[in-house]
Amino acid sequence: MTWVGKSLQRKEDGRLIRGQGLFADDEHSDSMLHLYILRSPYAHARIASIDVSAAQALPGVACVLTGSDIKEQCVPYMQLGPAPCDKIVDLPLATDKVIFQGEPVAAVAADSAAIAMDAGLLIEVEYEMLDAVVDPEEALEDKILLHEAAATNRTYHDVFEYGEVDKAFSDAAHVVKINRLHFHRFASTPVENNACTAEWNQRGDLDFLCNNSFAGFSMQLLAPSLRLPVEKLRIRSYDIGGSFGVKIWNYVYMALAALASRKCGGRKVKWSETRTEHLQGSGHGNERTFLDTEVALDKDGVITAIKSRHIDDCGAYPRYEPLGCIIWAQVLPATYGVRNFRIDFTQTVTNKCPVVPNRGYSRMQHLWFMERIVDICAHELAIPADEMRLKNYIREFPYETPNGCIYDSGNYPAMLEKAKQMIDWDGWKQKQIEAREQGRLLGIGIGTTLDSGTNNFGQAQIMNPNLPFSGNSEVCIICLDLDGSVVVSLGTGPSGQGHETTTSQVVADELNIDPSMITVRTGFDSAWNAFSGHSGTYASQFAVSGLSAVYGACQKLKAQMRQLAGFMLKADAAELEFGVGEEGPQLSVKGTDKSINYWFMSNLVNSNNALLDDSLADVTLNVRHVYRPPFEVPDTEKKFGNLTLTYAAQLHIAVVEIDTDTCRPNILAYAAIDDCGKVINPQIVNGQVAGGTAHGIGAVLMESFDYDEVGNLLTATFSDYCPLTVMNMPDVQYGSIETPSPFSYNGAKGMGEGGGAPLHTLSAAIQDALYAEGIIVTDSHHSAPRVFERLRAPNREATVSVESRRVGAQ
Amino acid sequence: MNDRILITVTVNGAPHEREVEPRLLLVQFIREELGLTGTHIGCDTSYCGACTVLLNDLPIKSCTMLAVQADGYEVRTVEGLEKDGKLHAVQDAFSEHHALQCGYCTPGMLMSACHLLETNARPTDLEIRKSIQGNLCRCTGYSNIIKAIASAADKIQEVSGQEVAGGNPV
Ligand code: FES
Ligand code: FES
Repeated sequence: MTWVGKSLQRKEDGRLIRGQGLFADDEHSDSMLHLYILRSPYAHARIASIDVSAAQALPGVACVLTGSDIKEQCVPYMQLGPAPCDKIVDLPLATDKVIFQGEPVAAVAADSAAIAMDAGLLIEVEYEMLDAVVDPEEALEDKILLHEAAATNRTYHDVFEYGEVDKAFSDAAHVVKINRLHFHRFASTPVENNACTAEWNQRGDLDFLCNNSFAGFSMQLLAPSLRLPVEKLRIRSYDIGGSFGVKIWNYVYMALAALASRKCGGRKVKWSETRTEHLQGSGHGNERTFLDTEVALDKDGVITAIKSRHIDDCGAYPRYEPLGCIIWAQVLPATYGVRNFRIDFTQTVTNKCPVVPNRGYSRMQHLWFMERIVDICAHELAIPADEMRLKNYIREFPYETPNGCIYDSGNYPAMLEKAKQMIDWDGWKQKQIEAREQGRLLGIGIGTTLDSGTNNFGQAQIMNPNLPFSGNSEVCIICLDLDGSVVVSLGTGPSGQGHETTTSQVVADELNIDPSMITVRTGFDSAWNAFSGHSGTYASQFAVSGLSAVYGACQKLKAQMRQLAGFMLKADAAELEFGVGEEGPQLSVKGTDKSINYWFMSNLVNSNNALLDDSLADVTLNVRHVYRPPFEVPDTEKKFGNLTLTYAAQLHIAVVEIDTDTCRPNILAYAAIDDCGKVINPQIVNGQVAGGTAHGIGAVLMESFDYDEVGNLLTATFSDYCPLTVMNMPDVQYGSIETPSPFSYNGAKGMGEGGGAPLHTLSAAIQDALYAEGIIVTDSHHSAPRVFERLRAPNREATVSVESRRVGAQ
Repeated sequence: MNDRILITVTVNGAPHEREVEPRLLLVQFIREELGLTGTHIGCDTSYCGACTVLLNDLPIKSCTMLAVQADGYEVRTVEGLEKDGKLHAVQDAFSEHHALQCGYCTPGMLMSACHLLETNARPTDLEIRKSIQGNLCRCTGYSNIIKAIASAADKIQEVSGQEVAGGNPV
């Protein structure tokens, strides 16, 4: 029986459908303290004074933290960016001034959450208002500075140039110029908010139960900030209620629970963020503006070069940034064969919530930009959308991009063909003609995108050559426990991706046993489970990094088991067979009734070892394997190298009709084709595809973090931000193709982020619906009010120009 | 604020008598006083439905009700769905159809679905959607949840059909 490739029902479900999951907020005891965080109502203000006396005096309050405690007790979080980022001071609480609405300014620990909040509201903070800057271009003028010590708001600037850009432009038959495109600010907002309990005991050990989703990395930033050796820090998570990347950076605030615990003599402190706190102060996706884009095309519509100026807005603190200024380059040419690029990339801080790596992180923004270019060029040159893609798709794999990334495999034309059939492309084209005759605004759009998985952390050195990160890893420990049961631990800390299940599938195949015979420990635990500095669930890395670690550990365990069984059964390793006998999992000698079960093997190693001889000294039946993908540090000067191991692809087609009364875009049909190489568990993969699709649709139609000009977040509750509900989710037809990756042991590709496909697709469909109205789709958000505004102000002439010349005329 | 009020709330069939602060939310009562942490909290504007429970058989958002308002009522939570070691049909269906990923929305979804199936034996697709329109799921994209609820409805029909055929009293 082979388990890999089957839709095995998930192991995780048993506890979750009974309400027996253990989420970070579930830990509760009457003796624990509760933390309330007082946050700034202003986007930019100096803190003139804080008076906590009334709060401190309230019965039930255990301690209050303000900026002055934090200044004494914390080292600012390490900044990843190059100078002047090193001058940026990022601490869990604002000290002298606040730079975004929702920034913590004080924290209270009390016997109950209600008392903590009462006390928090008794804290008197005197603010001196400062002008705020929310527009990234204005921020780059440096008239209003967020981090004065850095003397600029600019956190990154560099030019990514490949090929012969100027030559390509002088040879071009057409040059299409697009003056501005904008990718809006949104986030995947998991239903579970950030939460943790922290206990910093008198011995100096700090224990967190939390929902951080990249704990291997977070520990390396959190421990030094709290002046702790990593060994003193224990981070645990069990079930995590969704992350989508957003929970990578919650440790910034977890520190407050820890400091409160220490200040209160080691009592356990719980912090549970409210939704409004989450939306104002947790993390948003990167907002990006694309300026002065010029596209060179040959006479057939093949794109030969692109130059453009990109401004990324990372909010008030860079945190994971400016990594996003490099990560997009994993997909520099998107799915197209363009060889010449000049991208001038700048990032700035603004008085808005900091950004975090949200599902599709940084690549999605760039892929949307590329798709907009392809789509706008197709319209301007009157080339049908599907033909335009077919002219430009990469077709040969492995494919080296202009910046040295290796696309492992793919077949974009086949995906397009499949999607067209699925949605009935020709039928809709016909209906579109009829609809237009009736004055209806109906459009059909294609979005092709990539989900690059298992990234090379060496790309961080392109941004800052001093950063001590490169490569990638994941770790698995597999052992036969004292009773012979197979126990696996991982560092991934998943948030719904079913790692316990897929890991069991791989191990079951390797040991030729049933998945139910395998225990995969839930969650992350730095004291109890395996982990490395890359461990976590992010950047589509489990199917390759995670499962390669599992597979490698299985090989090591099996070698030891063969050695031990061979010795006991007096047989050659080659004669041994893994399987299940009457006494459970066992090794047996082929064609005989000689066997040894797992219990006895474990017994021999752990409790009964006088039966063994020296040749078995290294047999522990408890092995650790670190998977290390074959990466090199990129050439940081040329910004050249392989930045990611695998490239899953998505191709979506949507049919959209804009309601002419309400301006609401209605999705009439939607097809989604996915290629993530070899599939380990189809049901889980389909679930990820559907989830990623929903996020994209939500972002296009409903979800946007809108700020007013002084930095108030106008969509700071779910009722304003309006995440996609079941009533707004269209029926989607799903399909797949499979181009196995040559770079992973199992042919799988990392997946789960979805590359923001609906953003590209729906933007293209809306473009198709509105092009005849003189409208160019320049934004990624298309709620009814936005479409209304756009319809009132056609922008084509002001946005796009085309210069065409006869090739060979000169 | 500290004048506590004595209330009795029956949760999953068992009466619980407690003195609570008037401002305590029902969801906090369920999670913190009774330790039933299957009911979750996801927002502060009654939007997400992670806190959905049944109050005298009607689905409510337990973050939007005070514990004292539930005095004398019967509450059902996800922990009460399994009976005598047997999962509710909708629980089975959620797992079978991969209608959960992180599982955070799941208890609320299950309670909304449970109410639907108790009041509408043959729901249409739209009726299923409407039954969970107040429950946010960020992981699944909803389609598997719709499938799971439809399949649970079929299962329940099948089983009750068999019971009728077997001559059980209806
Ligand atoms: S917690 Fe969101 S509706 Fe109750
Ligand atoms: S399964 Fe994660 S929110 Fe629904």
